[in-house]
Amino acid sequence: MKGLNLALGAAGLAVFLALGEVVPRLGLVKEAYFPPASRIADALAGELSDDTFWTALGDTLTGWGLGLLIASTAGIVAGVVISVVPYLRDATASTIEFLRPIPSVALIPLAVLLYGTELKSVLLLVVYASFWQVLIQVLYGVQDVDPVAEETARSYGLGAWARVRHVLWPTALPYVMTGVRLAAAVALILAVTAELVIGAPGLGQRIAVAQNSQAVPEMYALVVVTGLLGLLINVGARAVERRALAWHQSVRGEVAV
Amino acid sequence: MRRVLLRVFFVLALPVLLVGVWWLASDGSTNVFWPPLRTTLKTFPDVWTADRLRDDVLPSLLRLTAGYACAAVVGVAIGTVIGSYRRVRAFCEPVLEFLRAVPPPVLVPVIMLFAGIGDTMKIAVIASGCVWPILLNTVEGVRAVDPVMAETARSYGISGVARLKDVVLRSASPQIFAGLRQALSIGIILMVISEMFAASNGIGFTVVQFQRSFAIPDMWTGILVLGLLGFLLSVVFQVVERRVLGWYHGLRASARRSP
Repeated sequence: MKGLNLALGAAGLAVFLALGEVVPRLGLVKEAYFPPASRIADALAGELSDDTFWTALGDTLTGWGLGLLIASTAGIVAGVVISVVPYLRDATASTIEFLRPIPSVALIPLAVLLYGTELKSVLLLVVYASFWQVLIQVLYGVQDVDPVAEETARSYGLGAWARVRHVLWPTALPYVMTGVRLAAAVALILAVTAELVIGAPGLGQRIAVAQNSQAVPEMYALVVVTGLLGLLINVGARAVERRALAWHQSVRGEVAV
Repeated sequence: MRRVLLRVFFVLALPVLLVGVWWLASDGSTNVFWPPLRTTLKTFPDVWTADRLRDDVLPSLLRLTAGYACAAVVGVAIGTVIGSYRRVRAFCEPVLEFLRAVPPPVLVPVIMLFAGIGDTMKIAVIASGCVWPILLNTVEGVRAVDPVMAETARSYGISGVARLKDVVLRSASPQIFAGLRQALSIGIILMVISEMFAASNGIGFTVVQFQRSFAIPDMWTGILVLGLLGFLLSVVFQVVERRVLGWYHGLRASARRSP
């Protein structure tokens, strides 16, 4: 069954690539707008042998990784503190509900003014957008703590820190992992967006440059790279999640979020 | 009564505190980039007049609605087909995973090639970014239809449109709504970005104009408007979701009460 699925998936990919080759060749769409897959592959090979491409990839990954790290740390700390301290959760609920749906791109003009095209601009957007993903999941996770386990820990005389460490954290960890996985995807979107719109160095900026200079195959090649990067991040995050939660039952029957 | 007052206090306390801190901290501000909140609020009604709402906010909202609606229809339709047939799903999965992983904003330059810089481009950008979470969640939802329910429907002879509407889509609807919620925030982001790229009106366009002409308090009001818009749309979405999924939340609540 698994082999059949794999074969079907490979066939699907092959058909997709073949369509990408044939449709422009037959003139169904203009080659100037959508070059055949083979020319995109050529352009991709050209990019891969170009040093500046690797620098750009490094810049994008720096913005992504640093932003994700800051957002995850801040989200986890804030989430645990808000849940553990009495009344803090009630007091912050309305503010969180209000701030969360604010689109992070609203901060683009501010980021440009404050930091220009520096890495800080990218970080501002990435951290704002991914922080909420983590925070909300941590809040859900802490809420999920089994009251019996909590009471048991209390009656055994565990202190506040020990309860966080041994009761709260293991319960919340699957939620935290989900939050970090979602945040990883969002962080990539915002990192590339910041580069594309603001012009901070990275893959997004290269895409904008390729578009302005009518280098269409290169532009598609770079778009493909961002897609592969996104795919790698998704797969990687799932792998990390599975390892970190190998002890947890949720890993056996994975829940799609 | 005391409970209500306490609730109101909890809802309002922190926002009031934060706005207060912002007001006081920025009050004497001479930094050009951080104008006093007082100035920003005073500028607000001058900038966002009825004319501006009609000329900038309304077009943005119409583009968002059009793109989002296209994405919802296409995503649910294709998602239902893919979710219903195991072979089709296995065939499409790798390609879909890749397409979903492409960060939606990079579609702006691509779609500009095809559709120029008009409204079509913006609607296409919004639709092509929003469609993936809806599509993939529909696939998951349709796939997870309770087999007992599907069999029961079959043995009662429910088929065709009735089966699709009352069995498949209904049981997938919580998942579909999860996708729609993700798509909403992507849609707002794409609306703003596509207008920042090339437009002659719209909220994104206006905010960038303010920033480029160093009209800083005006720019701050633009950021506030985008924030309010995001908040309002998410409230509207929650209301709609609660109505449509009322049966589901009720079911969950009663299941929780009687474990």
